[in-house]
Amino acid sequence: MEQELIPQLFKTEYRKIISVLCNLFGIVHIEIAEDITNDTFLLASETWGLKGIPKNPTAWLYTVAKNKTKDYFKRNKIFTDKIALDLKHTQVNSDEIEIDLSDQNIKDSQLQMIFAICNPIISIEAQIGLALRILCSFGIEEISEAFLTNKETINKRLFRAKQKLKLANIKIKLPNEKEIDKRLEIVLKTIYLLFNEGYYSSTQNGTINKELCSEAMRLTYLLTQNEKTDLPITNALLSLICFHSSRFESRTDKNGEYLLYANQKRENWNLDLITKGEYFLNQSAKGNEISKYHLEAGIAFWHTREIETTEKWENILQFYNQLLQIEYSPIIALNRTFALSKANGKKIALKEALKIDLSNNHLYHSLLAELYDGIDNTKQIESLNNALKLTKTENDRKILQDKLEKASCQQSRV
Amino acid sequence: MTEFMMIFRNAYEPAFKPSPEQMQASIKQWQDWIGGIAGQGKFIGTNRLGFEGKTLKPNNVVTDGPYAEVKEIVGGYILVKANSIDDALELAKGCPILNIGGHVEVRNIMPVNK
Repeated sequence: MEQELIPQLFKTEYRKIISVLCNLFGIVHIEIAEDITNDTFLLASETWGLKGIPKNPTAWLYTVAKNKTKDYFKRNKIFTDKIALDLKHTQVNSDEIEIDLSDQNIKDSQLQMIFAICNPIISIEAQIGLALRILCSFGIEEISEAFLTNKETINKRLFRAKQKLKLANIKIKLPNEKEIDKRLEIVLKTIYLLFNEGYYSSTQNGTINKELCSEAMRLTYLLTQNEKTDLPITNALLSLICFHSSRFESRTDKNGEYLLYANQKRENWNLDLITKGEYFLNQSAKGNEISKYHLEAGIAFWHTREIETTEKWENILQFYNQLLQIEYSPIIALNRTFALSKANGKKIALKEALKIDLSNNHLYHSLLAELYDGIDNTKQIESLNNALKLTKTENDRKILQDKLEKASCQQSRV
Repeated sequence: MTEFMMIFRNAYEPAFKPSPEQMQASIKQWQDWIGGIAGQGKFIGTNRLGFEGKTLKPNNVVTDGPYAEVKEIVGGYILVKANSIDDALELAKGCPILNIGGHVEVRNIMPVNK
């Protein structure tokens, strides 16, 4: 049984213990915190296999981690004398060192670690990597799979990132009031990308993708649990994550192939997550700020409405209009044009689509085909062929082939 | 691409009070037009101007209102990126100010050397 229990506890407890220990030692000694946490789990797997699982495995882990930390201070007298003086908690005598693994301190430590790791002095990939390792208890192998690279690359990346944080002597604490908005923005961006990595990921490993999404949700939720970070923008991101996640299961068929939104089974949508998304969307509406997360949450909210009304698409269009004014991306531009066709009609949307210069993007031609459908069959077929030439995934190719067959049938009938 | 400014002007009609539905419809027209420009990746920024204004003239002469001596007022502006003035003019087509008897002035932006 310990074969299942230990990985499970590793997921939930590794990140807690390491955050508390990092907090105790400071970022400069992050490796000591990692070593002690790793040793604790190593000892668990050795001991539990022989002696059986203790009554309260979590308490066992905490006690061992505490003892190992105290031992560390005892054994390393030089460290204790010279460096412990600078520790956050300035106790020098190892017996007096308080290792606080209470719920509150675990929460606080994790929150502070989020801000320490999501720091712009390291690259965004490194931030996500370290966040997965330290805040989400991901193994190196899982991280490398999420990034579609090998373990060595990830190890190097994490090592360099830690060196940078150490050199800059980053303090593990919440930013002060003046800085919090700016720093929170960076934290939210990292979590947003972490979520996207899972939701739109190119890896085929569904378990890892789902875990990336739920970890993004957990971290954002953690931010809403502290009054300093429980801001409208945080709630907007959480709402967005809940709405998207509500469709996680329904996005693929039983063979794991992606389904188009229109073909998803509504009964597979997770109503509980939709309700949560609505709650956080309401929370996000306090204050006057409209961030891109607010707009994306608004769009995602309307996508959870089953009935295809003009109101639905009109709202989606207006959110896209605003989103584009904050930030341009080809995918937002194409989605906006699709919403325009639903709200204002295909002809208007087609006219707008033809002004867009994205002819090297297969999705652009797919959109054109959609808009030509029922207007110009020849152009529709031409667009589908253009899309086929540019598409890279087998699944997309299959969807386009299906559409092409249908469009060709229509032509022969005419 | 060069930057251009489009300045929206129309007649000042203080008596005109749009209904909420008219307001809504007008906002949609503007947002759809601006969204179209932004969808081409050519949007930089925009602002509407309010009706509060004062004009300062030499010798510290201040007149009330932005519209003291003209029948037209500037209602707002948008900054866009375009390949040429004609390209910018193409973007201006569809500007909702044209539907209410106003006009759009398209001007190139001269960067100030720093």
